[in-house]
Amino acid sequence: MNENIKFVQGNEACVEGALFAGLDFFAGYPITPSTEIAELLSIRLPQRGGKFIQMEDEIASMCAIIGASLTGSKVMTATSGPGFSLMQEALGYAIMAEIPCVIVNVQRGGPSTGIPTRVSQGDVNQARWGTHGDHAIVAITASNHQDVFETTVEAFNISETYRTPVILLYDEVIGHMRERLIVPKEGEVPSVKRLKTSVREGVDYHPYLPREDGRLPMSDFGGVHRYNVTGLFHDMWGFPSDNPKVVHDLLRHLVDKIHNNVNQITKYKSYYLDDAECILISYGSAARSALHVVDYLRPRGEKIGLLELQTLWPFPHSLISEKCRKAKYVIVVEMNMGQILKEVRIAVEEPEKIFLANRIDGVFITPMDIRNIMRLIQGKGV
Amino acid sequence: MAIKDYLRERFFPHLWCSGCGHGIVLNSLLRALADLGMSKNEIVMVSGIGCSSRISGYVDFHTLHTIHGRALAFATGVKLSRPELNLLVPMGDGDALAIGGNHFIHAARRNIDLTAIVMNNRIYGMTGGQYSPLSGQGIMATTAPYSNIDYDFDTVELAKAAGATFVARSTTYHTQQMTKMFRQAILHEGFAMVEILSQCPTYFGRKNRAGSAIDMMESYKENTTPIGSKSKMENPDLIERGIFVQKEVPEYCNEYDKIIEKAMKGR
Ligand SMILES: Cc1ncc(C[n+]2csc(CCOP(=O)(O)OP(=O)(O)O)c2C)c(N)n1
Ligand code: SF4
Repeated sequence: MNENIKFVQGNEACVEGALFAGLDFFAGYPITPSTEIAELLSIRLPQRGGKFIQMEDEIASMCAIIGASLTGSKVMTATSGPGFSLMQEALGYAIMAEIPCVIVNVQRGGPSTGIPTRVSQGDVNQARWGTHGDHAIVAITASNHQDVFETTVEAFNISETYRTPVILLYDEVIGHMRERLIVPKEGEVPSVKRLKTSVREGVDYHPYLPREDGRLPMSDFGGVHRYNVTGLFHDMWGFPSDNPKVVHDLLRHLVDKIHNNVNQITKYKSYYLDDAECILISYGSAARSALHVVDYLRPRGEKIGLLELQTLWPFPHSLISEKCRKAKYVIVVEMNMGQILKEVRIAVEEPEKIFLANRIDGVFITPMDIRNIMRLIQGKGV
Repeated sequence: MAIKDYLRERFFPHLWCSGCGHGIVLNSLLRALADLGMSKNEIVMVSGIGCSSRISGYVDFHTLHTIHGRALAFATGVKLSRPELNLLVPMGDGDALAIGGNHFIHAARRNIDLTAIVMNNRIYGMTGGQYSPLSGQGIMATTAPYSNIDYDFDTVELAKAAGATFVARSTTYHTQQMTKMFRQAILHEGFAMVEILSQCPTYFGRKNRAGSAIDMMESYKENTTPIGSKSKMENPDLIERGIFVQKEVPEYCNEYDKIIEKAMKGR
């Protein structure tokens, strides 16, 4: 048997992806349904000389990974709703100080303690706007374990390329469900190394001076260059500044470096979209049911297709607008009260043709749920 | 190395008020580093938010100015991933013991090797004079206009109870003692906590009619006494200065290295 084939939970697929991407340091605090990630990494990381620490809370976990990342480590933390709420201030710090890090949020039902062991996709907007102030963020998701593996590697790659935190927005069904995973061999999936400065020791290094291509080479904190890192607006040396031009330019840079690269960052999957009159748009575990509906109805002559989003933020508005142009109607399938629905309505020319098929009761949305809602929309009755 | 060489002159003038005790703490700290002959590249300073935390901007080390209360959590990440670095973590009393109290006790409990410095002015300086958990009863503050009813606690007792393996206290009046303590704290392998009583003439001083900065420093001389002194027995209200705890206990990063060894061997 090929030892690279595993039968695992989604949380384990995420761990495999993180280790493949070169994870060196993990700090976390237990919370259902993400705990397996911490437990597995407490075994696996020291086996390869990496570090695992269980901190006193999620605030501390987020802060610890930022500190570790600065020194040159690839870092991650994993949590769920309540813990993700606690991480928001430090997440903003990582955005401001441009520190690569990966935050996994295995979503459960909220608000508050909500419904810990049940599925939800209610944190989509929290991932976008959970921390204060104008900013850009990258959040990606997946619907099966092979994709969990690949999006986890991708999260590390994006975080290094753009010097930004990346949120992996999985959900309880993905985290806990078991299915097959084939772990690729080294090199089969690209893994981005940290871009290090070529500035030599003793020469003035500017931690926040972008190269021509917009990227900011890093120097391991504690190494040969001494510099300041702060959550205040800062100049190219990392020194605090309230100069209006410095403030304006930095904020623009933080947003533009992500939003100008939507096309490079966006990952999605499409099924039968070419001639589709009805398009389902979905993501995460809900996309599994949506795909099931498409696979069932296509052979029965229905012109139906699926657009599965993997990148949720930055939202791929132009992709949506282009793919949905010819559709008669579009149904967004998600397990919240329409968080992606709103973005889709903004993206398309005829928002009135966009509908929602959702569940918000902690129960996984089934193909039958979606088909019932489709019949209502088509005026056929349930 | 001359003390001046540890400073980032580009960053001056500093933002502290004249008479603020925080600059005296900086001075003593730099003297300690100079005495130890430490190079700038081996020192990482991690601070939070507050007047005290601005100290990290003024020194030419690797400096990480973080968010309010969380300096020790950031420092834990830096230290665990690069144990060879020397970490200094200066904090205000609000920073370290109100919003950051949880991180304080857990960093102490882990005995991770770093030097935590609590610059205790018993008030929130940066935000304009609100009471802190170290203010204590009867203190006037902008949020205690009728006088404070909150009890304070003793930083030294808290650090001891949490498991800190080096615990000391001094004041901005006792600069030589402070420098010596910093030297010992930095050399100590494990979690070292040094509390420095540091005056805030602008808010604590004015609100509490404590007089000028010099008056406040003189009160440190009058109200404190060496640990176990005769005057403490005569007047239990005196605050003790000195080293309260100094013990050898396995350090966190070293212990984690043993975990790595075990894990690599397959337990
Ligand atoms: C999360 C958060 N809450 C509140 C503040 C506002 N704030 C900034 S500094 C500070 C307290 C400063 O007091 P202290 O830590 O004692 O330091 P000092 O300024 O007296 O040196 C507060 C409440 C903040 N920056 N972040
Ligand atoms: S407000 Fe108080 S603590 Fe802040 S700089 Fe002035 S004197 Fe120092």
